[in-house]
Amino acid sequence: MTGGIDFAAFRSEPAANALVGRITSLLKRAGGTPENPIALMEVCGTHTVAISRYGLRTMLPPGLRLLSGPGCPVCVTPLIEIDRSIAAATVPDVIVATFGDMMRVPGSHRSLESVRADGADVRIVYSPMDALETARRNPKKLVVFLGVGFETTSPIIAATLVAAAREGISNFTVLPFFKTVPAALDMLAAVPGRPLDGFICPGHVSVIIGSDAYLPVARDRNIPCVVTGFEPLDILAGIVMLLEQIVAIREATGSAGVAVQYSRAVTPEGNTTAQGLMDDVFAVYDAEWRGIGVVPATGQTLSKKYEMFDATKRLKIDVPEPEGERGCICGEIMLGRNLPPDCPHFGAACTPRSPVGPCMVSTEGSCAAFYKYEQSWRSEGPDGTEAE
Amino acid sequence: MCLAVPGRILEVEGTKGRVDFNGIGREADLTLVPDVEPGDYVLVHAGFAIQKLDEAEAQETLKLFGELAEALEKDGRRSDDSAERDDPADGESS
Repeated sequence: MTGGIDFAAFRSEPAANALVGRITSLLKRAGGTPENPIALMEVCGTHTVAISRYGLRTMLPPGLRLLSGPGCPVCVTPLIEIDRSIAAATVPDVIVATFGDMMRVPGSHRSLESVRADGADVRIVYSPMDALETARRNPKKLVVFLGVGFETTSPIIAATLVAAAREGISNFTVLPFFKTVPAALDMLAAVPGRPLDGFICPGHVSVIIGSDAYLPVARDRNIPCVVTGFEPLDILAGIVMLLEQIVAIREATGSAGVAVQYSRAVTPEGNTTAQGLMDDVFAVYDAEWRGIGVVPATGQTLSKKYEMFDATKRLKIDVPEPEGERGCICGEIMLGRNLPPDCPHFGAACTPRSPVGPCMVSTEGSCAAFYKYEQSWRSEGPDGTEAE
Repeated sequence: MCLAVPGRILEVEGTKGRVDFNGIGREADLTLVPDVEPGDYVLVHAGFAIQKLDEAEAQETLKLFGELAEALEKDGRRSDDSAERDDPADGESS
């Protein structure tokens, strides 16, 4: 093999400076000011972390506001579903298999980590195929895989379920908590009480669903959508492409549409093999998003054909309705009305070690990413002025 | 959660493949990318290749970034030059 892609070049500082220069001049044309900023929202936990980790907010002019939408699937999983996952782990002869980011998420009383310390069989897996292998090796146990994720993750679990059906591995099951993005963007675009000028669309969800999936929201809500990659230059270039659309709308020379910055990975139609698997294995339902509420047609549960693999049909898991979050403004943060440092609990009662609300429970939550990477909140007041 | 890492396919055997991640080889399931061959770049998420990367598009994006950086550097040089030109002692340097 010769040649190849130089992935390090997607982090070049001179190119980043050039893109920030372009952003600054476009922002001026678009009329973005610190008082009336242009607001862009990402809806992907991996974008949330990348923006915070690379310090992009500190590079960008003050007339641009980057909002963090409900892009962390662990964070938007309702507390009752977390409680159900933990309760499943305490049933005799059950093995709960999960990606690592669910382990420390607090339920109403316990976490998976704490019930495992008390003897429950909870296993962290790298891939759902590893969970299927666990089922193969433990035919007398019921394996429950925690199905949390957006369209990036759900097709690989669909592929695993197809393999389980083909091999007749009936002790493999899934708790289906999957969520889908396009209808959620439509809901977010219509939220009153805050400006929103464009979506930084999730790169790896779009690999699966294709960029055409955003055409209805761009057209119906007149909001620019740009599918963006995850390297710092990808994100800055995605912001340039959004501002170009915003300038065209404000200067009445164009309208909102869908553009793809992440062209090395995303096509208009997406991965049709993955879509076929999802159509076969899942059925759409109205899902509840923690901190936000029910969003129509944004959930994937198992279809009739695959319902024998649904853990809720195989295990009786009764958990009481949990109490709500205590004074947490995570819903407002995920809807784009606030940033994490605006919350009175942030960094005080609410930290990654002891989270109060959903945005702090996973490393990909906006509060957790802010806490870990964006030091500015420690020295600045909520309005950006220097604190004492 | 939606993290996917680019790697290059080393071998393909049915729906399984071996992928090179910067010198580290790891098995990946290829069910979702039926047409890949050794040498192709793929994005891998939780043990599954979810898409074949378009190398030509990647090079095109990088070329654009390189040109932007170069243009900025030239602009910088030009403004340095004009700053020098503003200096009356410098005369007609160009």
